[in-house]
Amino acid sequence: MKNFRLIARLDIKMQSLIKGIHMEGWRKVGDPRVFAAKYAAQGADELMFTDVVASLYKRNTLHDIVRQVAAEVFVPMTIGGGVQSLADVSELLACGADKVALNTAATGRPELITEISTTFGSQACVVAIETIRHDGEWLVMTDNGRNHTGRKALEWAREATERGAGEIVLTAIHKEGVGRGMDLDLIGQVCDAVRVPVVAAGGLGTADHLAQLVNETSASAVAVAQALHWDRLTFADLRQTLAERGYFTRPIVA
Amino acid sequence: MTTLKVVVIDYGIGNVYSVLRALDRLGVQADLTSDRSRIMAADRVILPGVGAFGRAADTLRKMNLQGVIHDYIATGKPFLGICVGMQLLMETGEEFGTHQGLGIIPGTVRKITARDEVGQPCRIPLIGWLPVEESMPGIWAETPFQRNLRTNAFYFVHSFQAEVVDPSHCIAFHQLGDSRITAAVRRDNVLGVQFHPERSGAVGQDFLAAFLSM
Repeated sequence: MKNFRLIARLDIKMQSLIKGIHMEGWRKVGDPRVFAAKYAAQGADELMFTDVVASLYKRNTLHDIVRQVAAEVFVPMTIGGGVQSLADVSELLACGADKVALNTAATGRPELITEISTTFGSQACVVAIETIRHDGEWLVMTDNGRNHTGRKALEWAREATERGAGEIVLTAIHKEGVGRGMDLDLIGQVCDAVRVPVVAAGGLGTADHLAQLVNETSASAVAVAQALHWDRLTFADLRQTLAERGYFTRPIVA
Repeated sequence: MTTLKVVVIDYGIGNVYSVLRALDRLGVQADLTSDRSRIMAADRVILPGVGAFGRAADTLRKMNLQGVIHDYIATGKPFLGICVGMQLLMETGEEFGTHQGLGIIPGTVRKITARDEVGQPCRIPLIGWLPVEESMPGIWAETPFQRNLRTNAFYFVHSFQAEVVDPSHCIAFHQLGDSRITAAVRRDNVLGVQFHPERSGAVGQDFLAAFLSM
């Protein structure tokens, strides 16, 4: 049975749901708990929360939000932002997270990926790769798009999975926040480079973008933010696109 | 339902917060414990689990839980294993060597090696919502699968699957490419599910409610 996951992506700053463009210029959207419940009710397969200022404050502050959402909404959650140690992962899992996403800390100390996946399982260990296109290559960025790592997306994706990451979330910074289409070339190449599921992110603005993504790449999921938060499209639109292409879409029940 | 004594086994492995919250939503204050007398006194016992089979099996043994689990199961009261908690019911698991499980259900846990329609190995871990099928006609009788579930879609996340020796012990599967992947096992009062009912939204709630009222 073919399945493709639709993930609602919620970027959080100081307890508010926000949205930026190319990871800058954040605008407040609202209460993340309300939006999480709404998206889950509309058929989001998973929720992904990122604390976008965690690296600045050197910690993730989403614990209360995670606990509250996990007590009401029974769909899987990935939490990221400022995760630096096994203890950070353990705390977030104890609050109800199913998966924890690493970015900055993993690029600085890749052994952390192995430590997390051997302790908690590779299914709990997601490596988030944020990348910009530059001179024909895709460069890996950290600290929410602010700093260069010197790494390239394809090699880093391979290394991350070899070290034990169970999933890659791939964001094209140059596409994100404006809903004008995804970087299918990047996504296709990263998918071909690894054998774990790849969540594509950055740029989905219409149901057609989703159609192109599933037709032209072997991505396993897509994370959508801006188009949902600003009501440009709904989960119903996206589910319809998948159903038309033979993907299993779970019936929405009250 | 609220007077039912439900124990969730505490061995430090598994998303227990979500299991407890899902039960709480059903009006059940479950007891998260590894205490022998509390487990034996329970009306229902749930064994959660995620991650590596070997590590989970070793931890159960280090905490001396395999004995009380066998003793509880021998009373005939309902038992539910979730995800790795289901895989632990098997005899052995193969991941970096062979590890011993609880041996309740004959068979082995092995890495998923399914291939898709074009012969490519399926991406692992397998992650997502999938419907399950009855493995033999009528085998869902007296199981939660036959009890007013609002729909058929459950959340799976796993790289390994349980391969039973006796086909009648596998009660549900989902089709992945060229392979049938075990979704649920059962032997008498022992039920195991590969998916996460505590992560499967409303139908997961239905499934847990049905297990509680068996």
